Amino acid sequence: MQVPLSWYLVVAAALFCIGLYGALSRRNAIVILMGVELMLNSVNINLLAFWRHLEVAGGTMTGQVFAIIVITVAAAEAAVGLALIIAVYRNRKTVDVEDVDLMKL
Amino acid sequence: MNFSQVVFIILSAMALIGAVGVVTNRNLFRAALFLILSFVGVAGFYILLEAEFLAMVQLLVYVGAISILIIFAIMLSRRIMSSEFRASNEQWLIALVAAAILLGVLLAILLQVNWPTDPVADIPDNLMVELGKALVAPDQFLLVFEVASVLLLVALVGAVIIARER
Amino acid sequence: MDFILNLWVELGAWAQGLLNSWGVPEWGVNLISDIVGALILLIIAVMAVIIFTPMERKVIARMQDRPGPNRVWPYGLLQALADAIKMLTKEDIVPRNSDRALHMLAPLIVAIPAFLVFAVLPWGPQVIGKDLNVGVLFIVAVGSIHVLAVVIAGWGSNNKFGLLSTFRAVNQLLAYEIPMVLCILTVVLFAKTMSTVGIVEAQTVPYFVVTPVAGMIFLICALAEANRSPVDLLEADSEMVAGYMVEYSGMKFAMFFIAEYVNIFAVAILTSTLFLGGYKFFGLEAVAPILTPVIVFVKAVFVVFCMLWFRATFPRMRFDHLVGFAWKFLVPLALVNLLLGALVVKLTDNVWGQAGFMLLSNIILIAITGILVNRIARQLREAPAIKRIAAVER
Repeated sequence: MQVPLSWYLVVAAALFCIGLYGALSRRNAIVILMGVELMLNSVNINLLAFWRHLEVAGGTMTGQVFAIIVITVAAAEAAVGLALIIAVYRNRKTVDVEDVDLMKL
Repeated sequence: MNFSQVVFIILSAMALIGAVGVVTNRNLFRAALFLILSFVGVAGFYILLEAEFLAMVQLLVYVGAISILIIFAIMLSRRIMSSEFRASNEQWLIALVAAAILLGVLLAILLQVNWPTDPVADIPDNLMVELGKALVAPDQFLLVFEVASVLLLVALVGAVIIARER
Repeated sequence: MDFILNLWVELGAWAQGLLNSWGVPEWGVNLISDIVGALILLIIAVMAVIIFTPMERKVIARMQDRPGPNRVWPYGLLQALADAIKMLTKEDIVPRNSDRALHMLAPLIVAIPAFLVFAVLPWGPQVIGKDLNVGVLFIVAVGSIHVLAVVIAGWGSNNKFGLLSTFRAVNQLLAYEIPMVLCILTVVLFAKTMSTVGIVEAQTVPYFVVTPVAGMIFLICALAEANRSPVDLLEADSEMVAGYMVEYSGMKFAMFFIAEYVNIFAVAILTSTLFLGGYKFFGLEAVAPILTPVIVFVKAVFVVFCMLWFRATFPRMRFDHLVGFAWKFLVPLALVNLLLGALVVKLTDNVWGQAGFMLLSNIILIAITGILVNRIARQLREAPAIKRIAAVER
């Protein structure tokens, strides 16, 4: 018996929730971005686990292609996000998201 | 408990310990290193799932490029050499409760379904050829492929413009 | 006689049969054969350091008309042993304000990619660590871990010069990784497979003859990835006093040293696998398969000799020239070569036809590039002085 599908799904759910906690509760913008990357990784694990266990029978590659596109989008988003963080740091000298609140009431 | 399951447990320990290290560490650089540990664990999962190409792409893109990007952003935005005054904002308890409730709900739903334990079929012999054909075949995923490449171009130009020195 | 000819494969089969007859279960036989194979590969990789350290110094010395090291044993051939004893007996210093864990982690991580590459390099048709389906992609992915190790080393040193050198190192390594991947893609186009054994088997004509442009670009990028002259600005004493390794002494510095030489050996075997025909030598490997590791070793030594030749001959490049060369010259050239390769592969299925067309198009490409570069250089040379300085500094 190989690794059952439910084990992969449990680990992916745990990874997603840890990433969610990191994205919601930290002050530093870069750590928030790292939490988002963790969430995207957990989604990829889900996609590939379902592809391997259920979709290979049909001979299609939808799971793998979807996972490749998710990695691509994550890379693009990390690049633009970090560029924004560096630009904000140059202007405000802080990467703390609590301090960037000019537009609050 | 056969060999694959033992390897799975080791890899999931790597991935989860790395994730917990990311969200709880005050030292930014160490958080980035724990993130890399998590990425390597996830790449191990992909190898267990017999998606070797994706495992190599994960190592190449995430560990080799995105992690270095994050480390550079950490290096370029440090005010003082020590860490911030407080690492978590004032809603960390609510966030913890919300994440825990989400985990509970997901697990409750997941463990109710009767998932198949073994893969239904074997992977085809020419997996790489099939994957390549799927990416560029007009009736499969050609449009997605082209849109993804345009997205990368836009992200490249945008990142360079946003982070430029005035 | 057959046993002697197929020595390496037969030896492995005999050892496994011996273990089976002792009653070891199936998973035990697999585990033991994997561990023994990994140990053998490790020993071969470390032999690289012992052989190439004195070879480098003697060869470069002879090219510069001086004797080189000749104290340790006849002709100075055990120089590596003397170096090892020296490094083992040095004091191990950790800078006070640095991050101790990071400072100690970097030498561990820097040697890993160099050794991992040996798992997919073929020493014979079945004498390989593991014939992965995505062998060359594995090599590229593992090479990007080297960049990470450099960053950790620079940060853990708590030294401004170390950090500056780290930025330059990452810049150079990432810039030269892209033409390397494009050249590997060209080779994969012709071989129609990413596994290293498949690429060697598909080379009826060595790929250096089929696409010399890709071969030269790959050699230059491999030199840059391994931090060798003429692109070794990061460890030049006159520029960056040992660069990101500046705070390391003793055995930790020895790890960087070992990693560099193992990297050179791995890259040399990779070049010979991808472009020079690997373990094939005009049909010798079908007649006497016992000789295939010798063939691989001879080709690797030849490539290392070329690398040492470059080091003894060319002066060092300035950093912005170096990076500009990669982005503005090598990447477009490699892309055009890839396009030409795709065209030629679509044009004909015959191996000799493909080789002929590709060689012809490469010669035309080199000629056109030479003419263009000549024209631009002449424009720069004849421009007034102010414009020349501005153009060079850009």
